[in-house]
Amino acid sequence: MSAVLELEGLDVRYGSVPAVRGLSLEVGKGELVGLIGPNGAGKSTTLHAIMGVVPSAAGDIRLAGKSVRGRAPEAIARAGIALVPEGRRIFGELTVEENLRLGLSARRTTNGSDPLAAALDLFPMLADFRARQAGALSGGQQQQLAIGRALVAEPDVLLLDEPSLGLAPTMVDTVFAALIEIRERGVTILLVEQRAQRTVALADRTYVLANGELRMTLTPADADDTEKMIQAYLA
Amino acid sequence: MILSAVDAQTLVDAVGLGAVYALMAVGIGLVFGMLRLVNFAYGQLIMAGAYTLAFTSGWPVAGSVLACFAVVIALSFLMEGAVFRPLRTQSPAVMLVTTFAVAFLLQAVALILDIRDGTIGEPAVSVASLNQVVTIGGVDVRKVTILAVVVAIVALALLALLLGKTTIGLQMRAAAADFRTARLLGVKADRVIGAAVLLSGILAATVAVILTVQFPLVSPDFALKETIVVLVGVVVGGIDRLWTATLGGFAIGFATGVINGALPTDKTVFLPSAVFALVILVLLLRPAGLFAGGRATAVDRV
Repeated sequence: MSAVLELEGLDVRYGSVPAVRGLSLEVGKGELVGLIGPNGAGKSTTLHAIMGVVPSAAGDIRLAGKSVRGRAPEAIARAGIALVPEGRRIFGELTVEENLRLGLSARRTTNGSDPLAAALDLFPMLADFRARQAGALSGGQQQQLAIGRALVAEPDVLLLDEPSLGLAPTMVDTVFAALIEIRERGVTILLVEQRAQRTVALADRTYVLANGELRMTLTPADADDTEKMIQAYLA
Repeated sequence: MILSAVDAQTLVDAVGLGAVYALMAVGIGLVFGMLRLVNFAYGQLIMAGAYTLAFTSGWPVAGSVLACFAVVIALSFLMEGAVFRPLRTQSPAVMLVTTFAVAFLLQAVALILDIRDGTIGEPAVSVASLNQVVTIGGVDVRKVTILAVVVAIVALALLALLLGKTTIGLQMRAAAADFRTARLLGVKADRVIGAAVLLSGILAATVAVILTVQFPLVSPDFALKETIVVLVGVVVGGIDRLWTATLGGFAIGFATGVINGALPTDKTVFLPSAVFALVILVLLLRPAGLFAGGRATAVDRV
């Protein structure tokens, strides 16, 4: 399988403090890959480095074989990587539709269909609330909006930073169901999550990060192996 | 009683002043929205426009005004590209102090150019015809006051359309709210900043024309006082949003006009102290801004 997203020996530092150290991983086309680990392991930093929000000190980041390291966040978005950021970061004062339209900023192709369809098909709720101010939506609805906004760009790779954080259990189910649907559409996914067991069960494989380094790789079969899961976090 | 001294004449002049200040507030607010930069040198853009009008006094009015727009817009982009862009990731304090430096540098350059003829101050006569008075219902209205109000209304309406109905406008509103997230969605930083700089330059040139008509003797400190007052007005109104900043600019212009009209002629020396006492009172009562709701202001910048 050809890798769509590749990290090779990635180093990220905040001042003199290393946050990610020598991280190498691959996400193949159409795969859903998990990235888990304790707080401060470097998961979000990895996503931010991929998007060019934080500079990487060493290593390389490649999209479909081409290096995107050192490029501006908007250039990386326009190259085909979308991030659903932690905390959703929707524009509360804009309407739901305006939020979705912003996602089109990174869209590379235009075809005749409704450009927002990619989001509205997946989350019909967004169509109902199209004209509503996004800040008036519930947390779960805002998360659907954030994912929908990333999808309208029709990215090759979707990065998600803890999309289930702070959501009610039924809404967590909605988000995970949406991830399966997005994968079925052929979008490659790198998912950062705190819900370790659920992520390991869902993902094609899951990387465990600790102290900025890759500690182990888990497969769906490991999800029910409680001992291995505990070891992944505490070893 | 102060209010009894406020007549129609005073109100017309106050609205005219408020309109000019509102235009300046929009220009300052647009750039602040993108860069979180309070551009103290905004007044020197206006000053440069005024000098252009003065130095091209012999030209036809249209040519002179066009030259004014060209110079101010070019200087806006030069300022952004040469100074603000390299400092984009620096702290607001560094950027503010830098705009002071730019302001005084431009003022010094203007002085060097101005003093070549041995005097300070250049008359801009080509646009002076707009300073004529027409009498409407017993109230003397200078043509430039009508121009200022009409231009302000048209400019604000066009800006509202641009921000509300176009893609670049939507991207600018998003960037003003959360620059980093906007970039993550593919909004080009240079493009939205460029749009803000262009619009802000157009507004500065417009104000330069209006102020030059009213005050045809152009000197290096042209528009300096107005800029300080508008900056105060923008903060009083609420710098965090464009419309509150604009209202703040209008409000301080209008209040200045009304207080100026209400004060007896021999007491106008108290005008600045009265205006700024009012400003302190407003800030004590509503520190987030006179027209601001209660939005969080801390937003990451990239």
